[in-house]
Amino acid sequence: MTQDNAFISIRHVNKFFGSFQAIKNVSMDIGHGEFFSLLGPSGCGKTTLLRMLAGFEAVSSGEIYIDGQPMSGVAPHHRPVNMVFQNYAIFPHLNVRDNIAYGLRKLKLSRSNRNEMVDEMLELIKLPEYGDRKATQLSGGQRQRIALARALILKPKVLLLDEPLGALDKKLREQMQLELRALQRTVGITFVFVTHDQEEALTLSDRIAVMSEGRDLQVDTPTRLYENPVNSEVASFIGTMNFFDGVVTSIKGDTVVIKVDGLGEVSAPAGKVSLLAGDSVSVAIRPEKFSLTDEKPDDVQYCVKGHLDNAAYLGERSHYYVRVEGVSQPVAVSAQNRNRTGEAEDRKRPVWLGWDSAAVVVLKDD
Amino acid sequence: MKSDTYIKRSNRPLQFYAVLFLIVLYVPVLFLPLFSFNDSIYVSFPLKGFTFQWYLELLDREPVWASLMNSIKVAVTTSIIATGFGIFAAKAITRYRLPGRGPVVGFIMLPLVVPGIILGVALLVLISQLGIRLSLYTVTAGHVIVCLPFAIATLIPRFEGFDKSVEEASADLGENAWWTFWRVTFPIVFPGILASLLLTFTVSFDEFIMAFFLSGTDATLPIYIWGQLRFPQAFPSILAMASIILVVSFILVFLGQWINRDAQSESLESTKNT
Ligand SMILES: Nc1ncnc2c1ncn2[C@@H]1O[C@H](COP(=O)(O)OP(=O)(O)O)[C@@H](O)[C@H]1O
Ligand SMILES: [Mg+2]
Repeated sequence: MTQDNAFISIRHVNKFFGSFQAIKNVSMDIGHGEFFSLLGPSGCGKTTLLRMLAGFEAVSSGEIYIDGQPMSGVAPHHRPVNMVFQNYAIFPHLNVRDNIAYGLRKLKLSRSNRNEMVDEMLELIKLPEYGDRKATQLSGGQRQRIALARALILKPKVLLLDEPLGALDKKLREQMQLELRALQRTVGITFVFVTHDQEEALTLSDRIAVMSEGRDLQVDTPTRLYENPVNSEVASFIGTMNFFDGVVTSIKGDTVVIKVDGLGEVSAPAGKVSLLAGDSVSVAIRPEKFSLTDEKPDDVQYCVKGHLDNAAYLGERSHYYVRVEGVSQPVAVSAQNRNRTGEAEDRKRPVWLGWDSAAVVVLKDD
Repeated sequence: MKSDTYIKRSNRPLQFYAVLFLIVLYVPVLFLPLFSFNDSIYVSFPLKGFTFQWYLELLDREPVWASLMNSIKVAVTTSIIATGFGIFAAKAITRYRLPGRGPVVGFIMLPLVVPGIILGVALLVLISQLGIRLSLYTVTAGHVIVCLPFAIATLIPRFEGFDKSVEEASADLGENAWWTFWRVTFPIVFPGILASLLLTFTVSFDEFIMAFFLSGTDATLPIYIWGQLRFPQAFPSILAMASIILVVSFILVFLGQWINRDAQSESLESTKNT
């Protein structure tokens, strides 16, 4: 994404609370109509960044552009964005209709026009019967929808959502994820979505910014984040990852050969990192990229012998932990239970690990 | 209801203490209405007979009504001004990160603990230095100072009791600070405002010391009553007046507490539900 067609552009933004720096030189561009997520552990600055987009916190330095306009000094009520708060912030003294119609006062609509818009929204959030209920009498999921409707009725250019599904139980959360994604497609508004749940971010987003301790580590599509993480922090935050230490022995075009502790000489796609022979690197392989067999496999490029240390049966797949000589941590392997029968499995047997060169990610951490 | 949890089980000594406490607190006060119905101008036992005479006599006493009107005027004005200031003070104290919030609050609450007589003398000195004539206006000024802590103490729990993100939500939905106050803050704290109006009205209405120092030729009701104590034949109807005031004050304060009763429980509930 280039800066020219970016709809929201965050340029070198820093944020200090006193002497504590919550946001450290963050830059990112968000496209028109994108479902964009901010993902990171609790306390990494997601809410702070979102509140700076909404205008509740001023940037300490740097600039935020929305639709080409610099936002410094623009008050929240003048920004073309609306927010769904982490705790929904439903107005407790108003009923559902009045909550949804709250932002319409300035549009000076006729009463019938207004009612029509509210009815449309109630329909959209699937609560058509609830207009006259007191907002405080509703469940978490229903309040969350009202918070959505209240923002969407103003047809904002950007909708900011701060962990909107965090307070819901798992079942409801999964249902709301689907509805949210469908809704975003219907209304075509840019969504900036904050979550600490990587699965949720992967399911929903067009692109994700992974954050840690106030920094943006990588901004990319879900598949690229998972398959081509730029460093070990991103790699370990998204899904599970096995890391091995190694030293570069040679480089031929796009392929790099690495001597990996415990795995021997392995070739791998070089990716974006610039490497020199003799560099020490991290080699990362996802658990599901390994094959696990009792006999030496002949359909993979590389294999190594190991000893099964532990196994966990999870229904549709199993997790195995394999000890390999020369590797400090047991190697995690995830396998589909395609040929599994009800028979018990020996969890302490010798096994073979197999993998292909395409599965190997080379990371160079500074 | 029978309940045998450790906290809820009944406690005889504590119940006895509570009853004793209420008796000591209220029995002396109850002598007022008792003697106001007594058919004798002397306040002494045994009681003579039942009469409405003192209440009827009240109706014919012009100065009583004049001072009552003065007191009402002062109390209404005081309650509006003190509550108005109280709203802004409570909002500032609870909403903005004030440096030294603790000392500021302590300073505002000071009139509660400074002896009224000192406050009264101080204000009297100040006002005469400024060359202002004593009148109901000066009484009102003194009452505002006395009532402000009551207003703030009533309003702060209301302001603290609701989540400030609803104010942010209002700004986010396009309303500026002024409209946010009227559409969100005000309705949510409204019960607290009513309670504060009732409480400060009552405090001002009963106030004696400030009025004693700061009133000019127009007396408020407590000052008038004080003046009448010299005349024994006037005393029973003063008792009648006092009984009426007692009942009305009690109703107002009770009403205020009742209106504001859910300030605490509501804020608990809103945190529970999110
Ligand atoms: N108003 C504030 N004053 C001081 N520190 C704050 C404030 N808001 C957030 N922080 C700090 O900034 C960091 C990031 O917070 P936040 O953006 O809420 O994280 P997240 O939403 O990712 O969990 C935290 O360490 C938090 O304590
Ligand atoms: Mg947060």
